[in-house]
Amino acid sequence: MEAFTTHTGRAVPLRRSNVDTDQIIPAVWLKQVSRTGFEKGLFSAWREDPGFVLNDPAYEGASVLVSGPDFGTGSSREHAVWALQQYGFRVVIAARFGDIFRNNSTKMGLLPVVLPGETVEAIQAAVEADPALEVTVDLAERQVRWAGEAAGFEIDDYTRWRLMEGLDDIGLTLRAEDDISEYENGRQSWLPTTV
Amino acid sequence: MGRTLAEKVWEQHVVRRAEGEPDLLYIDLHLVHEVTSPQAFDGLRMAGRPVRRPELTIATEDHNVPTVLGPISDPVSRTQVETLRKNCAEFGIRLHPMGDAGQGVVHIIGPQFGLTQPGMTIVCGDSHTSTHGAFGGIAFGIGTSEVEHVLATQTLPAYRPKTMAIEVAGELPVGVTAKDLILAIIAKIGTGGGQGHIVEYRGEAVRKLSMEGRMTVCNMSIEAGARAGMIAPDETTFAYLKGRPHAPEGEEWDRAVEYWKSLRTDDDAVFDTVVEIDASTLTPFVTWGTNPGQGVPLGAVVPSPEEFDDPVARSAAERALAYMGLSAGTPLREVAVDTVFVGSCTNGRIEDLRAAAEILRGRTVVTRTLIVPGSMQVKKAAEAEGLDDVFRAAGAEWREAGCSMCLGMNPDTLAPGERSASTSNRNFEGRQGKGGRTHLVSPAVAAATAVTGRLTAPADL
Repeated sequence: MEAFTTHTGRAVPLRRSNVDTDQIIPAVWLKQVSRTGFEKGLFSAWREDPGFVLNDPAYEGASVLVSGPDFGTGSSREHAVWALQQYGFRVVIAARFGDIFRNNSTKMGLLPVVLPGETVEAIQAAVEADPALEVTVDLAERQVRWAGEAAGFEIDDYTRWRLMEGLDDIGLTLRAEDDISEYENGRQSWLPTTV
Repeated sequence: MGRTLAEKVWEQHVVRRAEGEPDLLYIDLHLVHEVTSPQAFDGLRMAGRPVRRPELTIATEDHNVPTVLGPISDPVSRTQVETLRKNCAEFGIRLHPMGDAGQGVVHIIGPQFGLTQPGMTIVCGDSHTSTHGAFGGIAFGIGTSEVEHVLATQTLPAYRPKTMAIEVAGELPVGVTAKDLILAIIAKIGTGGGQGHIVEYRGEAVRKLSMEGRMTVCNMSIEAGARAGMIAPDETTFAYLKGRPHAPEGEEWDRAVEYWKSLRTDDDAVFDTVVEIDASTLTPFVTWGTNPGQGVPLGAVVPSPEEFDDPVARSAAERALAYMGLSAGTPLREVAVDTVFVGSCTNGRIEDLRAAAEILRGRTVVTRTLIVPGSMQVKKAAEAEGLDDVFRAAGAEWREAGCSMCLGMNPDTLAPGERSASTSNRNFEGRQGKGGRTHLVSPAVAAATAVTGRLTAPADL
């Protein structure tokens, strides 16, 4: 996982709520067995509308997505995170996220930033007024900065440390292998196996 | 202070707890399917890691499979299924492939085999893993990175979610089902209402549900944003489990039941959030919009965006009505439907098929009607009861087991603009096929709708 400390880039305002993962990447794209090439599927149904915000050349190259509430609800597909990252996004800002999407994002190094609805709207309005405006998302300081404004966001210490170090979760867990083995020895005897 | 059911099950599974870190949670059962696993197995191979506990892992083919006999014609789908077969062979994981008597939708086969038991932790790369919470365990969907993590370590690092009680008082009226109940709950609390919580469904109406009804309710917990949904085990649970292939036997059964009986929320336990709903006032429910929270009683009219005070909800409603091709004020009963789908992990079990057959017996469908059993065993059971004859006589299509029209990954899809009444779980834009329009309903409403061609409650027939 690529480490995340601070990121500065232009932002896209996505003024929609309940952006479920079926919209982020429709199911037809999930048939791939590789981890690459998902950027083509990002919002593929919505991108067919020439008026969709990602088709606006003013926002080309933006790396921060600023969405309405309940972003990433629904399906557990991590492909949604891969699609956003491969398209070029490093951060998604929203007032609320689907729990599984948020989890998946932090495993991959895509930073989900929760800000109050009015702050999200203020950033959206600022970016709409000036699409060239740069937004800084500072994980070290837990702060988003734009156009002279700043807003703090919350993230637990452990996830922040893991993102900033770019650490692989499995490697961390395997350090506790003794604990796992010990737990396994004490499991209830009636628990089923699949064999 | 007492503990909730969720807290008891969670604590039982903590492998390691350290200040400032998520708990490391042991996973009792890992369900695997073809869509969210290939990149996880690739990750293991690249790191040279084995599957830690293949005997706590089971795989099936469901999302991509066609529901008519024959091979998979789409080469991309076929490759995905073949990849699962290769991975299961290489890593020693039990697989139920297409055509196998044990094959079926991942959330149907776990309970069917008796692998889903009270007090367990169960995960799968699929958000509807919440289904298994109906037995009183903690079951939740995970992404592919976490699938790889569980394969490698049989654990997951996670913070314990908050707890929510949904207290369902009273009894469901005749003709009102578990599906209507959960759709009403989601409409009440919204698609984000359960975020960050494990929900425990409680109360008289929940106790009276069959295991299959409980699975329908827990299945859609994720549609209310919840991490998981669960119901305390009771005699209904034990009776369902007894004698299943992987259920404990003899003395082990007695010890297990004794433990399972302790899996209930203590009287003095406190939930972080409590929601109350009166079952006795409910009627058949239907969604009108493009998220599962946009639902109303079938007897109502399509709402107007002006009815929503919150500007975000208002604009979501405007967008949903435009996508769904509906006008505010139209009675739902007047909405004409092209296709009816009965099936999925929400409503693809034998009781669901019986409910649909009861309506269709001696009647004729006027829409394209797909009846898709959730597993090969459900198919066999339905055929033993003659339900397939009822469906065929009514003009419905009786299919092979799979996820089918729940999601657009296999040949069963809606055409653009086509409208369905569907017993599945998601009415998202394009969920059943690009441009398709979905109304979520119970199996009984789906069957009644197939008879009239308009959204219809069984009592209307």
